[in-house]
Amino acid sequence: MFELIAPFFHDLYDKTGLNFNIFYDRYEYDRFLSGAVISLKLMFGAILLSLVIGILGAWAQGVGSRVLRGAINAYIQAFRNTPPMIQLLFFYFGLGAFTPQVDMGGYTEPLVSAFAWAMIALGIFGGAYNVEIFRSGLEAVPRPTLEASESLCLSKWQTYRHVTLPLAFRICLPSLTSNLISLAKTTSLAYVISVPEMTYVLNQVWSDTINVPEMMLILFVFYVAVVALLGAGLHFLERKLALPGFGR
Amino acid sequence: MLSLISTMEGNVPRSWTPGMPIVSLRDVRKFYGSLEVLKGISLDVRKGEVICIIGPSGSGKSTLIRCINGLNGIQHGSIRVEGLEVNDPKLDVLALRRKVGIVFQQYNLFPHKTALENVMLAPLLVLKEPRRQVEERARELISKVKLQGKENSYPGELSGGQQQRVAIARSLAMCPDVMLFDEVTAALDPETVKEVLVTIKQLASEGMTCILVTHEMGFAREVADHVYFTDGGVIVEHGPPSELFNDAKDPRTRRFLSQVL
Repeated sequence: MFELIAPFFHDLYDKTGLNFNIFYDRYEYDRFLSGAVISLKLMFGAILLSLVIGILGAWAQGVGSRVLRGAINAYIQAFRNTPPMIQLLFFYFGLGAFTPQVDMGGYTEPLVSAFAWAMIALGIFGGAYNVEIFRSGLEAVPRPTLEASESLCLSKWQTYRHVTLPLAFRICLPSLTSNLISLAKTTSLAYVISVPEMTYVLNQVWSDTINVPEMMLILFVFYVAVVALLGAGLHFLERKLALPGFGR
Repeated sequence: MLSLISTMEGNVPRSWTPGMPIVSLRDVRKFYGSLEVLKGISLDVRKGEVICIIGPSGSGKSTLIRCINGLNGIQHGSIRVEGLEVNDPKLDVLALRRKVGIVFQQYNLFPHKTALENVMLAPLLVLKEPRRQVEERARELISKVKLQGKENSYPGELSGGQQQRVAIARSLAMCPDVMLFDEVTAALDPETVKEVLVTIKQLASEGMTCILVTHEMGFAREVADHVYFTDGGVIVEHGPPSELFNDAKDPRTRRFLSQVL
């Protein structure tokens, strides 16, 4: 791949001065790739964690005790009402100060890396919204449909698994899509705790080579492409799960 | 056949034998908060009988029928289904609901399952029967309710009457001993009402015990063995349809019938 595009971008730089050095300089190219991989990993991890939190939280809000429901509400309030950047700083510098260091033989490293903190913080941030999104779905499943399931002797769990969840998921999918898209974009904030993801890496590149407009363009294109792909995937799922005469 | 009702007060024997009423209510009272909606209902249904409950809106008909399979709890009295006491905190609700099928006014099909899957779901999950056997029975039931060719349609693609017939087949798939019908034609267009009633009539003629809450007086007159008129949470009057419809004793019954007939 690199060998294929390098001559073109080198030529481009020579002839026009447009410096896309990440596409012809091996070192910068590797930096760019690793930034992309870390960004994608971070998005994937944060989205996965936020989904798990969302499903468990919404379920607990339905069946849990008063105390548990209160705790979940407090969590939602805390993480919906504070900026995600502050949350990242809080986790990394606030909680990170208390996590143990691991002896790596001569030097120490924190047990929880900046990347792991970013994933946790963003997962928890997105999860707060997902709890509410899943709850709206669960509550929108018509009560009589569940009574029918009950009358057919399905157990609570069977009803949840075969009736409530499939319907609730379809109901909340559109709002889930917008939250996951928003969460994917928010991963760029991991920049503030020095996670070497795309924003951080390209910022380093343009600091080194002073090619800000070119790298800005790459940054835009990267997020547009990744988020469009994610959105398309979720819309495809939505269309695939659409039911005749249900919810439209 | 049903004149025993008023004379049999209180104690229903604990063990049930097939000769006894399959459903037996004694002095059933139900409250929503402080509002008493059922004020002492007693009635018996024998195996194979078809009974209709009629009466004005808000008279507690639907509540009554929903109490029989434990969807609504009662505060006083006794409901027995084949000897199972519904008003018992230790009741095995699933055992009760295995005996009692219910069909609702709004069909309440599972919108994410096809007609065939709707019918198959409970036998697969609850009775844990092999899939082939379940599917075979489900297909038979679907043709029994005259919906051949609609097996793979989703509820949203079916008319109200068709959905209601799927709901009946879904309920029958669990092989209940008693079927409850809660105003099953009230949400349907006049022309589709008939196809549902024909299905119920066929069931009744095959000996299924049926308890219907209905506004279809003509239907009640035709298929019921016994008709109960309820108003204000009590049974005002009951009797065979020929008697109740032609020769009602109570002025409230007469007034109601004069309005709906």
